[in-house]
Amino acid sequence: MSNRPKVEGVDTKYVIKQVEKQLDSASRREFGKRILSLGTLSLLSGCVLTDDDSIEKMLMSVSRWNDKVQGFLFDPNKMAPTYPESMITKPFPFNAYYGEDEIRVVDGDSYKLELSGLIKERKPWTLTQLAMLPQTSQVTRHICVEGWSAIGKWGGIRFSDFLNMVGADTTAKYVGFKCADDYYTSIDMPSALHAQTQLTMSFADETLSKEYGFPLKLRIPTKLGFKNPKYITEIYVTNDYPGGYWEDQGYNWFSGS
Amino acid sequence: MQIHQHPLYVKICHWVNALAILLMVTSGWRIYNASPIFEFKFPKMLTIGGWLGGALQWHFAAMWLLAINGLIYLLVNIISGRMWSKFLPIRPKQLLADFRDALMLKLDHSNLQNYNAVQKSAYLSAMLFIIVTVLSGLAIWKSVQFPLLRELMGGYDNARIVHFFAMSLIVAFVFVHVVMVTLVPETLVAMIGSFKRNKTAGAKS
Repeated sequence: MSNRPKVEGVDTKYVIKQVEKQLDSASRREFGKRILSLGTLSLLSGCVLTDDDSIEKMLMSVSRWNDKVQGFLFDPNKMAPTYPESMITKPFPFNAYYGEDEIRVVDGDSYKLELSGLIKERKPWTLTQLAMLPQTSQVTRHICVEGWSAIGKWGGIRFSDFLNMVGADTTAKYVGFKCADDYYTSIDMPSALHAQTQLTMSFADETLSKEYGFPLKLRIPTKLGFKNPKYITEIYVTNDYPGGYWEDQGYNWFSGS
Repeated sequence: MQIHQHPLYVKICHWVNALAILLMVTSGWRIYNASPIFEFKFPKMLTIGGWLGGALQWHFAAMWLLAINGLIYLLVNIISGRMWSKFLPIRPKQLLADFRDALMLKLDHSNLQNYNAVQKSAYLSAMLFIIVTVLSGLAIWKSVQFPLLRELMGGYDNARIVHFFAMSLIVAFVFVHVVMVTLVPETLVAMIGSFKRNKTAGAKS
C-alpha cells in the first residue's frame, strides 16, 4: 500500500505518453494498442519492457531482415500453381482499404498510363494502345494477407515484356505503382520480371470491372493480395525504396508467397 | 534428497522455447482473427500485436526464435545421445500401464531423472507438434517457393487447417504440462535451478 503513489506516478506518465502518441497520427493509434498488449505480455513473461519505441524499431528491423530472406528464397523459375477454370471462386471477393461503396470509377477514354523513373520511353499509354499488346491469361490463387484465398482468372500483358519494351532499367531494385484510388505499393525487380507477373486488363475473360481495378491492375501470384495494386495510373522504376500504403503501416514489404 | 537438475542448455532452450511459443500463439490468434477458419474468434485480450500488421510482425520475428532455438535443442539432443537415452524407447505395454497409473495419480516421481512412458510420449509429441506447426507455417508463408511442403500439407488452404490443429495440440500440451508441474513442483526446480542454497552451505555455483 505504501508504494501506491509511486505506482500512480508511473501510470500517469505512461498515460500522458500514450495520449501524446495517439494524438500524433492515425497509425500511432494502432501502435498504442499494440503497446497495451505488450504490457500484458510483459506481466506474463516477467520482463519489464519500458522502451516502446525500441520494440517497434526491433520488429521493423526484423521485418526488413525478412525482406532480405524472402528475396534470397525467391526462385524466378518457381511458378505459382495454376488451376482448372472449374475451380474459380465465385463470386470473387472484393477487397480494398475502403468499402465497396467507395469504389473509384476511372474514365477509360481519357485514361493514360504514365511511366517515370528509370525508364527510357516514358510516353503515356492509352487503353487502346495497351490492348493491342500480346495478351496472356492465368488461373491462379489470390492469397490475402488476412489468410483467406480465392482462385480467379486474369488476362493481360506479361509484365516483363512490357518493362523490356519500354526500356525499363531491369537492374534497378524496385518497381513502384501509383493508383487512382490513392493506393500505392512497390515490388522488387526479380518478382516484377517473374513470368506470371501480369499487367492485367481482364478478369474472368471480361474487361476488368470497377470492383477488380478497371482499367489496369497488377496480377502477381508470387505475392500476397495487397501487392496486387488496382486502378494503376503510374508505373515507375527506382533504386530508392518506395514503400507502400500498407507497408508503411507495418505489413511486411516483400510479402512473397 | 538431491533434486535432479537438467543440463544448462536444456534449461535455456526450454525457457526460450516457452517464450517463443507464447509469442507465436498469442500473435497467431490475432492473425487467425483477421480471417477465421471456424465459427469463432480468439478474445482480443489474449492476443498481441494490436492489429493484423502488428501481430504479423511479432509472428515473423518470434518464428526465428522458435526455429533456431528448436534446431539447437534437437541437434544437441540427437548428437549427444540424450534423445535416445531420455525419450526412447517407448514400449506400448509400459505406456498403457503408466497411463493407467497416471490417471490414478499413482505414478512414481521419486526419480526425476528417468521419464515414465507417458512423459516420454508426451514430450516427443510436443516436439512433433512444434515441427508440424513450423512446417505447415512454412507452407502458408511460402506456398509458391516450397511446392513439396505445400502439397504435403494438402494445398494452401489445407495448410492453414493443419497449422491451426498443430497449434491446438501444442496449447493442449502446455495446459496439461503446467497442471502436471503444479502437481509435482520438484520438476520446476529441476528446470530452473535449486534455490535451497542453505543445504549446500557456502557452495556457490
